[in-house]
Amino acid sequence: MAAEAEEIRGIGHSVRRKEDDRFIRGAGNYIDDIHLPGMLHMAILRSPFAHAKLNSVDGSRAQALEGVIAVVTGELMAQHNLAWMPTLSGDTEAVLVTDKVRFQGQEVAAVIATDPYIAKDALELIDVDYEPLGVVISPQQAAAADAPLIRDEKEGQTDNHIYHWESGDKEATDAAFAQADKVVSLDTWYPRSHPAPLETCGCVADINPATGQATIYMTSQAPQLIRTVFALVAGLPEEKIRIVSPDIGGGFGNKVPVYPGYVIATAASLLLGHPVKWIEDRTENLISTGFARDFWMHGEMALKEDGTMTGLRVSLDADEGAFHADAQPSKLKVGLFHVVSGSYDLPAAHVTADGYYTNKAPGGVAYRCSFRVTEASFMIERLVQNAAYEIGMDPAEFRKKNFIEKDQFPYTSATGLTYDSGDYQAAMDLALEKVGYAQLRKEQAEAREQGRLIGIGLASFTEIVGAGPHKDYDILGIKMNDGAELRVHPTGKAHLKISSQTQGQGHETTFAQIVAEELGIQPEDIKVTHGDSDDTPYGLGTYASRSTPTVGAATAMVSRKLADKARKLAAHLLEVSEEDVELAKGRFTVKGAPDKAVTIQDVAFAAYTNFPDGMEAGLEGVAYYDPPNLTYPFGTYAVVVEVDADTGQWKVERVVAVDDCGVRINPMIVEGQIHGGLTEGFGIAAMEQITFDEEGNCIGANFLDYLLPTAWETPKFELGETVTPSPHHPIGAKGVGESATVGSPAAFVNAVIDALWPLGVRNIDMPLTSGKVWEAIQNAQAG
Amino acid sequence: MEITVKVNGADRTADVEPRMLLAHLIREEFALTGTHIGCDTTSCGACTVLLDGRPVKSCTVFGVQADGREVTTVEGLLQGGQLHPIQAAFKEEHGLQCGFCTPGMMLTGSALLEENPNPTDDEVRWAISGQICRCTGYMNIVKAIQAAGKAMSETSEDAAASVAS
Repeated sequence: MAAEAEEIRGIGHSVRRKEDDRFIRGAGNYIDDIHLPGMLHMAILRSPFAHAKLNSVDGSRAQALEGVIAVVTGELMAQHNLAWMPTLSGDTEAVLVTDKVRFQGQEVAAVIATDPYIAKDALELIDVDYEPLGVVISPQQAAAADAPLIRDEKEGQTDNHIYHWESGDKEATDAAFAQADKVVSLDTWYPRSHPAPLETCGCVADINPATGQATIYMTSQAPQLIRTVFALVAGLPEEKIRIVSPDIGGGFGNKVPVYPGYVIATAASLLLGHPVKWIEDRTENLISTGFARDFWMHGEMALKEDGTMTGLRVSLDADEGAFHADAQPSKLKVGLFHVVSGSYDLPAAHVTADGYYTNKAPGGVAYRCSFRVTEASFMIERLVQNAAYEIGMDPAEFRKKNFIEKDQFPYTSATGLTYDSGDYQAAMDLALEKVGYAQLRKEQAEAREQGRLIGIGLASFTEIVGAGPHKDYDILGIKMNDGAELRVHPTGKAHLKISSQTQGQGHETTFAQIVAEELGIQPEDIKVTHGDSDDTPYGLGTYASRSTPTVGAATAMVSRKLADKARKLAAHLLEVSEEDVELAKGRFTVKGAPDKAVTIQDVAFAAYTNFPDGMEAGLEGVAYYDPPNLTYPFGTYAVVVEVDADTGQWKVERVVAVDDCGVRINPMIVEGQIHGGLTEGFGIAAMEQITFDEEGNCIGANFLDYLLPTAWETPKFELGETVTPSPHHPIGAKGVGESATVGSPAAFVNAVIDALWPLGVRNIDMPLTSGKVWEAIQNAQAG
Repeated sequence: MEITVKVNGADRTADVEPRMLLAHLIREEFALTGTHIGCDTTSCGACTVLLDGRPVKSCTVFGVQADGREVTTVEGLLQGGQLHPIQAAFKEEHGLQCGFCTPGMMLTGSALLEENPNPTDDEVRWAISGQICRCTGYMNIVKAIQAAGKAMSETSEDAAASVAS
């Protein structure tokens, strides 16, 4: 009798992460750890002005400094047709300035030197003649009739307006508002923040002058997509471009776009015949790379007297910066913002959005936002709380009355999205129970009697991730379908190659667990390769919580392809017909004769050593997954705060987070993702903001001014879960990386507003610094 | 300037410019890339190393200031090829995600445990409050440092018991 088989650590196991072994030894390989023979170093000179005509750039003094190899100017780039490049939103963006600078921190020139210290020294020696122009730092200023024209180089562009976009049914929504018993509105600015991964962006460009092979090591969340973009931008043959994302020190959407620095370093390597390294410093990262949010929103909700929601109207102005460079599906101008009706059964909704150029850095779609779902979720969840109070209902009761009910799924929203599954009531009930909602409301009332301000905030968010079905989702025309390639070696160990790119999410473990579940090979016996465009299948990378919904599905599908062949091999070995073979947890048994079995390892060996006539050798395959729909994770977060009315300081007492992300592949990793997202959500609600003065100077340009939560401020989190599997995903998973940044900011703000509502405070825009909270209290009391 | 620094127990010499930061000395001259750089303002602590046993942010110390002193980096945590308890605990408790802050967090944690083998949640949070992690939300980092403290106490009790017997 064989010994009891070891349990397969597939789906549902908190397998400790395979990638940790190198990280805990300090043996990760991040971009700045890459050293190549003959490598030169690049530093970038950036504009001190937000808007200024560039009269001249003179690099001769810099060029004379010992150790300086070259000074690269816009003029030089223009000679190679590389002064401008396309953005992921179909706009153009300057690589190095030739005509005028359009935001502070924009790339003006670059120095290539033998040493990074010398490269920075040389920047001081470049003489630039600027002629300052009028500055635009908000969409309101951009829309003014006399606003300076930022994109004067664009043919046909006569103002600063970029796009107008609509979703939903205007007529039906207008009718709902005309018949409403009550209309509640909210104006709020979701301010500009920055993903600020702890590792900044950078690259090492290595073009071999003899072969023309271009190997570019790059902090990229999407190496396959970037390879294609490079082929299109630089005119290099795609087969000679290899993009390698090494270990990435956090991304959060900051590392999706193509930045000018990558292009300049690549051009410099091509011109000089040496590898060129460029590593941003923190200020460069904060002032020039993909920011987040900056949405000015107006929301209105139509209600019946009994608290039934009947209509939703949202309009917004988006501050896109100097170039429209959002990394998002091409057909969508404000991403998936039209999920703004959230978790509620709203019969009518209408959304309009207008994008504007300003003299600020480009970006917008980043920072764990699921393509603008952060802004949408914040709008609806803030509006819902204010509406509940205005109509005199408890916010939990009000939500319950209006939730899309469990039996309504699949549910088509008023803006045309088909929600795949949900049980919003169950998630909220669990959150209310965990936080002790009823008791808290009593304590809150008692505290108010004593003059203490306790606040309880809820947010019942609906996420939308996993872009996406090829019909509607592409970037620059490339369909958002992703691949997985799997090879089982003769000894039964395996190699999985995936098109997503981890930045800390634990793909090397999670995706191995999917194969483990399907084929019964232990996760530690499965090597996972990602990030190297020469050694992975095509796909659009990791952002918007898409890896598990897309690549996770492709991994399950390729595993099932191999299982089909393995079953044939098992039948051959067991000398039975294929129909009589069953596979479970890596063992192939004969129906009705469970003692007769072979393992996946036996089968893998046979695939190379003993396969039947007419069968191809080997056990490997590739699958590309075209999702039939997006997935819709959801949950309810409950936050308890106490506000000090004398100082405006507020302290988080409790955070309860109930998430439903469908099937959890590795519960430990899922909880880690939620912890991280809650912390970033707290940071955005409490302290993170990239500010500008009226001259367009970026104030949040370092970690002394751009505040991030440390362990000292960060609350402790209490997690809970419900599981509503996605009906269309092969393993029922939905993606979870961004749920907490989508859901939590509104919960924190709702808690503070809940505490202050009796004083007359109706809204405070994020971040809720103590100064702003104190001022709101003062104004309410005065007013 | 020629300087000699004891790095992870071994003397290393280098001829460096006075302005070279300790972080660059460690990474570029000594080729120990486990020490990371995340900001330029002493805010994030990714570059934390131990200088004579105490955590310092190596982006705010000149290399020449380490002349004649002892530096411990993440590469020096291994003990006879075995993981330091804090390394094992960070993996076990899922105290890391992207891994970029991890070396600094582990070094500060190990220094804390030398002085206080059984720190409270608040004591750990205060000790690491000069360092930023963007991924984990700190809860599992705190758990990992506490778990390492516990493991180290148990090991030293075992050692004491075996000496006593």
